[in-house]
Amino acid sequence: MISDLTQLGVRAIRDGVAGGEFSAREVAEAFNANVAAAKDLNAFIVATPEKALEAADQVDADRAAGKPLGVMAGVPIGMKDLFATRGVQTTAGSHILDHFIPEYESTVSQKLWDAGAGMLGKLNMDQFAMGSSNETSYYGNVISPWRRKDGGNAPLAPGGSSGGSSTAVSARLCPAATGTDTGGSIRQPAAFTGICGIKPTYGRCSRWGIVAFASSLDQAGPMARSVEDCAIMLGAMAGFDPKDSTSLDMPVPDWAGALDADLKGKKIGIPREYRMDGMDAEIAKSWDQGVAWLKDAGAEVVDISLPHTRYALPAYYIVAPAEASSNLARYDGVRYGLRELPDRANLQEMYAATRAAGFGDEVKRRIMIGTYVLSAGFYDAYYTQAMKVRTLIQRDFAAAFEQCDVILAPTAPSAAFALGEKSDDPIAMYLNDVFAVPASLAGLPAMSVPAGLNSDGLPLGLQLIGKAFDEQGVLDAGLAIEQRAAFAAQPERWW
Amino acid sequence: MSVDRKTVAKIASLARIEMDEPALDRMVPEFNNILAWVEQLGEVDTSGVEPMTAVIPQALRLRDDVIDADPLTGGGIRDKVLANAPAPEHGFFGVPKVIE
Repeated sequence: MISDLTQLGVRAIRDGVAGGEFSAREVAEAFNANVAAAKDLNAFIVATPEKALEAADQVDADRAAGKPLGVMAGVPIGMKDLFATRGVQTTAGSHILDHFIPEYESTVSQKLWDAGAGMLGKLNMDQFAMGSSNETSYYGNVISPWRRKDGGNAPLAPGGSSGGSSTAVSARLCPAATGTDTGGSIRQPAAFTGICGIKPTYGRCSRWGIVAFASSLDQAGPMARSVEDCAIMLGAMAGFDPKDSTSLDMPVPDWAGALDADLKGKKIGIPREYRMDGMDAEIAKSWDQGVAWLKDAGAEVVDISLPHTRYALPAYYIVAPAEASSNLARYDGVRYGLRELPDRANLQEMYAATRAAGFGDEVKRRIMIGTYVLSAGFYDAYYTQAMKVRTLIQRDFAAAFEQCDVILAPTAPSAAFALGEKSDDPIAMYLNDVFAVPASLAGLPAMSVPAGLNSDGLPLGLQLIGKAFDEQGVLDAGLAIEQRAAFAAQPERWW
Repeated sequence: MSVDRKTVAKIASLARIEMDEPALDRMVPEFNNILAWVEQLGEVDTSGVEPMTAVIPQALRLRDDVIDADPLTGGGIRDKVLANAPAPEHGFFGVPKVIE
């Protein structure tokens, strides 16, 4: 019997259950206990220990009966609260979805249950996935399990929007969790908490049943503590779904089985525009270290240019709010969620009162910006121009990928910041995603892997960006870094 | 370009978000800061560039022309559709009176 099952990752749990070293029920009980003991982190909006046990018992019964087990069999996971889960409250971190209990299951979560995973609970997140610090949730801030080693104990941001996911995986409340990435929401929180996370090519994972934020950007992906665990879980999440009109109708490769950290013959591109003025010295150093690691793995390193990099964020902050303003029009107090009906209010007043009470400030800001840039007279100047810039950003990547196979860059411009440090300045917060957003706008697969700790003792991540459909190239380069970084640090338990 | 308070109030109304005076006081400068920041896109020469329509080029599929081809998204599930409604009435969504 292994002393602490919650130190194990996806692969180790699956193989241990399959091999009879421990039961799926023992695993689920161990993680349920960690979830229950970690209320101070506020990572879960709803805990579902009974769901985790039920799935585990099924796996144990299937094993006893000699039935084939799925690739996630016996692995309990956290589910970001953006995924609709049948019979379990789904709020997207917003007051406006109060008490919403879906009658259906998202395609991605269903695939994970079909593969033998169980649900520990619904993970806290920035409201409607809009945020980079998990400070916009109606259910309160998620607190990172990491602390600076200066002894100040300032509560730190776990990143966002998948902040509940990053905290839960990092603090060993679950071996893996789902995330979603619209403009960095898997990669930036993964970097802040010393874990791995991959956003696949747009269309790999079905969006059906995921609460929509910006439909042309939203992609689900796994967050876990190793590259291999991410590869296994992504394999279970991905696949064609006729219910999503942008789902990729192509086979899902065996990413985990094909993992190979030998990069001989591969070219790694280093985008010169990402080396910005005033770049954090420790981030620059970790990036240089990443270059050295990939060379050591046999890759050739080439200088590339992505000339429109600096325009990616402003383009994103037109495109994403525009799509959000359309997608979030559905929250009107009629069909589900919150209804605010002031005395003698008419229908229009009910809509406006419901949305005023139900949406948080950041969501309102983005709906307002989106409404403005789509309004008559301004559409071409803002929205059409942003979509043209998006074309240029995609062309930049296409040209770069004629010279290289994978791009290496930092994931975020800094390590985790303190809660409250940036929440009063939306643009300072947006700048956190400066390295993450370009790949989102181009629909490319991109991953963050831990590279080490900075001088404050906080994790830093490195980002790998691949060609469309080349998750394998991203995972392989990620594995090469993982093997050399040998990142073993974990937050000291204070909660 | 900077927008005035009246314009922000109009946008709030179009977006169906009730905003009282203090909320507008907060929103106007935030709104203008964000607009001023995104306006740097105007510097980019996009002449002859087509706006992106699909990030991964794909032909839009048509579903089979069959009633309830997918039972999950088909008909006959009124009670499920209404299950989360804040004020269902007689098998319908209830709303405040819209005709005087």
